[in-house]
Amino acid sequence: MVDATIKNEGSVMRADRRNSLQKAWQRKSTIAFLMTLPLILLILVLVIYPALYAVHLAMLNKSMQRFVGLSNFSFLFTRETFWMVVWQSCIFALTAVFFKAIIGFFVAHFVHNIPDKGQRKWRGMLLIPWVIPPAMSTLAWLWLFDPSYSAFNWILEHFGIAGIPWLGDEHWARFCVILVNVWIGAPFFMIMYLASLKSVPEQLYEAAKIDGANWWQTMRFVTLPMMRNIIMITALFSTIVTFANFDIVRVLTRGDPLDQTHVFATWAFRLGIEGGDIPLGASVSLFMVPILTIGAIFILRDIVKRGNEA
Amino acid sequence: MTATATSSVPSSAKKGYGSMSRDRQWALRWSYFFLVLFVIFFLTPPLYMLITSLKTSQEISAITNPWWVFNPTLDNYKELLGSGTFLTFFRNSAVVSISVVIITMLIAVPSAFALSRMRFWGSGALATGVFLTYLIPETLLFIPLFKMMAVFNEYTGIELINRWWVLLILYPTLTVPFCTWIMIGYFASIPKELDEAALIDGATWMQTLTKIFIPVALPGIIAATIFAFTVSWAQFLYPLAFTTSESQLVLPVGIITTLIKGDVFNWGQIMTGALLGAAPPLIIYAFLMDYYIAGLTAGATKG
Repeated sequence: MVDATIKNEGSVMRADRRNSLQKAWQRKSTIAFLMTLPLILLILVLVIYPALYAVHLAMLNKSMQRFVGLSNFSFLFTRETFWMVVWQSCIFALTAVFFKAIIGFFVAHFVHNIPDKGQRKWRGMLLIPWVIPPAMSTLAWLWLFDPSYSAFNWILEHFGIAGIPWLGDEHWARFCVILVNVWIGAPFFMIMYLASLKSVPEQLYEAAKIDGANWWQTMRFVTLPMMRNIIMITALFSTIVTFANFDIVRVLTRGDPLDQTHVFATWAFRLGIEGGDIPLGASVSLFMVPILTIGAIFILRDIVKRGNEA
Repeated sequence: MTATATSSVPSSAKKGYGSMSRDRQWALRWSYFFLVLFVIFFLTPPLYMLITSLKTSQEISAITNPWWVFNPTLDNYKELLGSGTFLTFFRNSAVVSISVVIITMLIAVPSAFALSRMRFWGSGALATGVFLTYLIPETLLFIPLFKMMAVFNEYTGIELINRWWVLLILYPTLTVPFCTWIMIGYFASIPKELDEAALIDGATWMQTLTKIFIPVALPGIIAATIFAFTVSWAQFLYPLAFTTSESQLVLPVGIITTLIKGDVFNWGQIMTGALLGAAPPLIIYAFLMDYYIAGLTAGATKG
């Protein structure tokens, strides 16, 4: 008897619960839509629309009153500076990402090698270039490369080597913008690689040791396969960001000498905002899209793959 | 039999450990050696900022060792912190960054909650879309946005260009997608039983978010806040393109456009300004390093 009433009460409560849950589920989609509405509006109005508007702008004439089709693009193709910018952007991004990845990889190993309790301190110091706003740290580099007071040249001259025209010569200027980019970006790679090194199970290294694997074999068959995902995705992220970089080139060289260090972003700024030719600037910046799309596709594929594994 | 086995194991193990530890010691020495080299490489520019900021203009232009301060002085700091324009830049930067953080979190946290817990039509596609938006760089958008602001002014008469608060509209495009993305990751790691229990107890979705998700995912929220603040503080392209008057500039652009006048570079003040401009992110980093790094790695490893 007592048993029965308890059972009865239980089922009533369960029914109640199901009811309230159902109500919640019914209203859920409305609430969810309202919660995401600001995000959707932000993306539509301030990202998607401007991106499409850029395509429209790129097809207008300089005063933006006449539709000129693709003639902005064909005009760009005839300009030597444009091809120089394409070349420089690719060289800049690929070289910088390559060195960032190499330096990040080795520094991550060095940090990983030392005793745990000291790692925090070293990691803390090594990440500082990434924390300082790039425009500010590039100013410090600009001062280090100063034509008459370069502190690097002072050291070189101390050893009897002639000073280097860091930002005056086109080859050295290109080297400098890449160097500064590597300096800012390598710590990010280091942190990512360190996180992924820490996630490699210790047992794998022990097993490799027991099997008599040497340093190179351990690296080749244990560390690299375990880190492959992070290495790839960090490099892709960085390629996108580096390819679209603005701050460093703008502050360090402003594209000089003779436009030789311009990348897409700085040249688009020079033409579109400073030169007042918005359509031409928009056309230049649109040339970043193919590379960005390729990067995005690879990253997305990785995310979908990992989503399926989970 | 057993005795020999037990006695032989320690000796071989000891020998193994001996050679291993000798290898380790060399690896350790080389690691420290290279770490010192890289720390020198990574810290030279900020240290050089500090060295230069403590010098007088006479000492900077004298032909002495540039790596040493012979007559340290705080004049550059006094002069900058006493100048109205510099304080205006600092105030603009602080107001913009803090407001952007608040706007970002108000948009990102509820969206991330809805996208990670309240599956609805198109929620998967939207989450992916948010991530792709994060990959669109500001260098692609600044020209059309610039024109959009001009067109907006034509229609409504509201001037947006050269007003510091235009940055409050622009910066969320940089911060919201990433913050939403990492918050989705943090929310997804909270066990489902927790919110189911709350819903069964009669909590509304809003209550579930504010009473359970936000407290539990607080480390993620701190990481996202730090990210939003540092991105807003460091942003250079948007303020350079959209603001020009001295009263409307934020710190990085202000230092570069007002302290560099033509060919006259007052390097002592420029370095002082750059150091003061780098200080807020550095201070946050010094105190909240673990959250900072968690936010950094979350973008690619979570989700």
